[in-house]
Amino acid sequence: MASGDYETHEHDVIVIGAGGAGLRAAIEAAAQGVSVGLVCKSLLGKAHTVMAEGGIAAALGNVWPEDNWQVHFRDTMRGGKMVNNWRMAQLHAQEAPERVLELERWGALFDRTKDGRILQRDFGGHRYARLAHVGDRTGLEMIRTLQYHGIHQGIDVYMECKIERLLRDGDRVVGGFGYWRNTGKFVLFKAKAVVLATGGVGKAWKVTSNSWEYTGDGQSLALWAGADLIDMEFVQFHPTGMVWPPSVRGILVTEGVRGDGGTLRNKSGARFMFNYIPEFFKGETADNEAEADRWYEDKKNNRRTPDLLPRDEVARAINTEVKAGRGSPHGGAFLDICTRRPADYIRKRLPSMYHQFKELADVDITKEPMEVGPTCHYIMGGVRVDADTTAATVKGLFAAGEVAGGMHGSNRLGGNSLSDLLVFGRRAGLYAALYAKDFGGQHTVDSGQVESIARTMLEPFSRSGGENPYAIQADLQDIMQELVGIIRTEAELKEAAKKIEALKQRAAKARAEGGRAYNPSWHTALDLSSLLTVAECCTLAAIERTESRGGHTREDHPYTDDTWGKINVVIRQKQGALQLAREPLPEMPAELRTLFQERT
Amino acid sequence: MPTVAMQVFRGDGGGGEFKSYRVDFDEGMVVLDVIHRLQATQARDLACRWNCKAGKCGSCSAEINGKPRLMCMTRMNLFTPGETISVAPIRTFPLIRDLVTDVSYNYEKAKQIPPLRLKPPETDGTYRMMQEDIDRIQEFHKCIECFLCQDVCHVIRDHEELKKSFAGPRFFIKLAGLDMHPLDTRDRSEFVKGQAGVGLCNITKCCTEVCPEHIHITDNGIIPLKERMADGFDPIVWLLRKFRGQRKA
Repeated sequence: MASGDYETHEHDVIVIGAGGAGLRAAIEAAAQGVSVGLVCKSLLGKAHTVMAEGGIAAALGNVWPEDNWQVHFRDTMRGGKMVNNWRMAQLHAQEAPERVLELERWGALFDRTKDGRILQRDFGGHRYARLAHVGDRTGLEMIRTLQYHGIHQGIDVYMECKIERLLRDGDRVVGGFGYWRNTGKFVLFKAKAVVLATGGVGKAWKVTSNSWEYTGDGQSLALWAGADLIDMEFVQFHPTGMVWPPSVRGILVTEGVRGDGGTLRNKSGARFMFNYIPEFFKGETADNEAEADRWYEDKKNNRRTPDLLPRDEVARAINTEVKAGRGSPHGGAFLDICTRRPADYIRKRLPSMYHQFKELADVDITKEPMEVGPTCHYIMGGVRVDADTTAATVKGLFAAGEVAGGMHGSNRLGGNSLSDLLVFGRRAGLYAALYAKDFGGQHTVDSGQVESIARTMLEPFSRSGGENPYAIQADLQDIMQELVGIIRTEAELKEAAKKIEALKQRAAKARAEGGRAYNPSWHTALDLSSLLTVAECCTLAAIERTESRGGHTREDHPYTDDTWGKINVVIRQKQGALQLAREPLPEMPAELRTLFQERT
Repeated sequence: MPTVAMQVFRGDGGGGEFKSYRVDFDEGMVVLDVIHRLQATQARDLACRWNCKAGKCGSCSAEINGKPRLMCMTRMNLFTPGETISVAPIRTFPLIRDLVTDVSYNYEKAKQIPPLRLKPPETDGTYRMMQEDIDRIQEFHKCIECFLCQDVCHVIRDHEELKKSFAGPRFFIKLAGLDMHPLDTRDRSEFVKGQAGVGLCNITKCCTEVCPEHIHITDNGIIPLKERMADGFDPIVWLLRKFRGQRKA
C-alpha cells in the first residue's frame, strides 16, 4: 500500500485503554481463557486512574455497619438526579465491595481501621463514610495493583500505541487500526471483541484536571463505528481545582480535603455553602455550622455538612460566589483545613495535597487556606451500553469506565468512578470473552478500509502551509471553556456549535512537522478529530436538553423538568452526520423505587 | 513577558545535539510548561513524554541542568534569573527521540518479580492488617515509576553487562514491599540474591536523593533486603516476621 506497511496482531479480545477499567477487563478476559491484547496510548501504569485521589466507594460497612448496597445505590441515583441507568447503579453498588476486597487480595494496601480492616472516608453525597482509600493517592495504589497482577496473567500489552479507527466486518466490530507512537508505524489488531476503556474528554476544555490523553478517543471510535452515545451534555466540573499559579490551574484538589474536615470560605471567611443547599438535599444536609461539624463524628444525630453536597452543587456555588465578587484573590474560593485539623493529621491524610501545594504554589496547607475553583473533570455521558454485559449498540463492541454512559446519570459522586472501573471493567472483560468464545466463523478485515484509514492518517504530513494543530486545540479549549462551561445558554451553545464547525475546517488543514517517529504535532493533529467530535456531541446534546440537571446547567432553563427526567439524549452518526434523539430511560422496578420513599 | 534561554536536546538513536531556544514564560511555570510552549510555538515535533502534569504519573523524567528531575515538578523560579536551562533525556536508557527514552528495561524487570502469594483468609473470608504493619510498605507504594532512581543507579548507568542480573532500586523497594507484606507467603530470597542482584548495590544512596516521592529507598528498602540476605534465610525468623509484621523502625 502507498502509505507503508503495517504489522498485524490477532487476539480474541482487545482492550483499548489501560487505566482501571481496561486493566480489570483484560485481567477478567484472560481469566476466561481467551487471548487478550491490551493497547494503551501511554506507558503501562500512567493512565488517568493514577491521578485519582480520594478513594473507591464501596459499601463495606467497616466504619458504619448501617451501610449497605441499597444505601449506596440510593446515594448514587440521587447524586445523578435520578437519570442514571438504574441497573448499572444497582450492579455497581452490589459488586463494589467484592471488587475492593479482590484488590486487597492482589496486594493493595488500603489505610486501616483500628481493628485492621479497610478504613473508609467521607465524601460528597455519600451518606456514610464509604471510600476505601490510601491517603490521597488511591488511584496510584489501584493502578499499580492491577498492573502488577495483570502482567502475570498472560496478557499481551501494546504500550504507546494509539488506535485511530475501529474496523468492521458487516455489522460487527472486528478490530482496530492505529500507530505506534515511538516509530509512527501502522498496526492492525484483529479481534473477535473489542473493549473500549479509553476514559474521558476533558482535554476539550481549557481548565481541566485531565491529562493529554483525554481526547474523547473511545466515544469517537464508538460513534464512528455506528454505536450510540448517551448523556453527552452531562460534564462534571469538579468544584476544587487549583487556581493559582496560572500554569497549574485545573489540577485536582481532592474532595478528601472536605471529607476529612476542610471547609469552603469566601473572601470574608464565611462558610458560604450553607447558602446553597437545594430543596432536593435539605432533609439530609445540616443548615448550621455546629451541626455540620458534629456530623463528622456523629452521623446518627446530625446531618451532613453542605461542604459535601454533590459536586455539581458545590461547583455552581463557588462559581456564583466568584461572580458576585466574593471570591479569593485569584478568582476562586478558599478551602480551609488548616484551622480545622492539626498539621500532623493533614500531612498524614493528605500527603499529595500537602506536597502539590508546597511545590507548585508555595502554599503550606497546614498553615494557610488553599485557593480552589471548578475544573473540568469527568464526563458522565458516553457509549450507550447494556448494563449487565457492557455491550455497546454495535456487535462485538463493549465499553467500561468513563467512556461508557449511564451509570452516573447527570452527576457522578466522588469515589464512584474507581468502583465503576472495577465493577464494569470486570464485566466488560467477562462478557467480551464470552462473546469471543461464541463467535462463529471467520472475521475478515477489508484491506480497502485499512488503506483508506492509513491514507487519512498521513495527510497532516503532506499539507503545505497548513494550520498549527496545537493552536487549533487551544482555540477549541477556549471555546468550550467560554461557551460550554458550568452555566450554559442556548445562544452561547449555538455560537459554540458554529465555532466548532469552523475549527473542523481548520483541523482538516492541520499540518504535522517532521517525521513519523514520536512526533507530538502529528499525534495532536490526529487527536483533533476525536476531540472535535466529542466537543460537538457535548454542545449539541446541551442545546437539546432544555432543563438544568446535575452537570448541565442552563441559565435559560434554570429548573429541573420531570419530563426530561425520563429521557436520555442519544447521539448517533448516520451517513456521516450526527443525529440526536430523545429516548426513554430504562424504568426502575417497583421494589427499588421504594428505596426513595423514605424521608432523607 | 520575561523570556528564558533553553538548551534542549534534539536527536534520536543515531545522534543529536543541544539546540538553543528562547521561550516566553509566565509566573508559576514549571519546566514542562516551557517545553509545551516551545512545542506549540517553535518546535512542533519536539518529543516529550508526559501525562498528569501533577507529579503523580512519573512520565516526564528528564535531566534538567544535569540533574534528574520530573519536568512537571520543577518550578522555573528554582533557577537564577538569566540562567540558561538545559533539558536532556534521562541518560541511562536508549534514546527514542528528543526527550523520550526507551524504558522497557524496567517493564522487563517488573515482570520477573515473583508476585504475591496469598496466605489463607480469616474465618470470615477477609483479611486483617494493622496500620503500623503496613506503614513502611505504603511508603514504597508511593513509587510513581518515574525511573529516576534507575537512571542514576551506577550499576545500570555504567555497567551494561550487569543489567541482565540487576533489578535496580525501583524493584528493590518493590521486592522489599512484597517481603514485608503481611499477607504474603512467598520466599523470594533466591530471586533477590540471584536475578535481582541486590549484592551489586553499594549503597551510594543516589537513588534516594533523586526520588521525587522522597521514599527512603536505601535505608528502608535496600538495606533491610541486604541484611536479610546476609543473615541467610532462616525460615523461623521469616515466619515470625510474616505473622508479627514488621514493627521495627
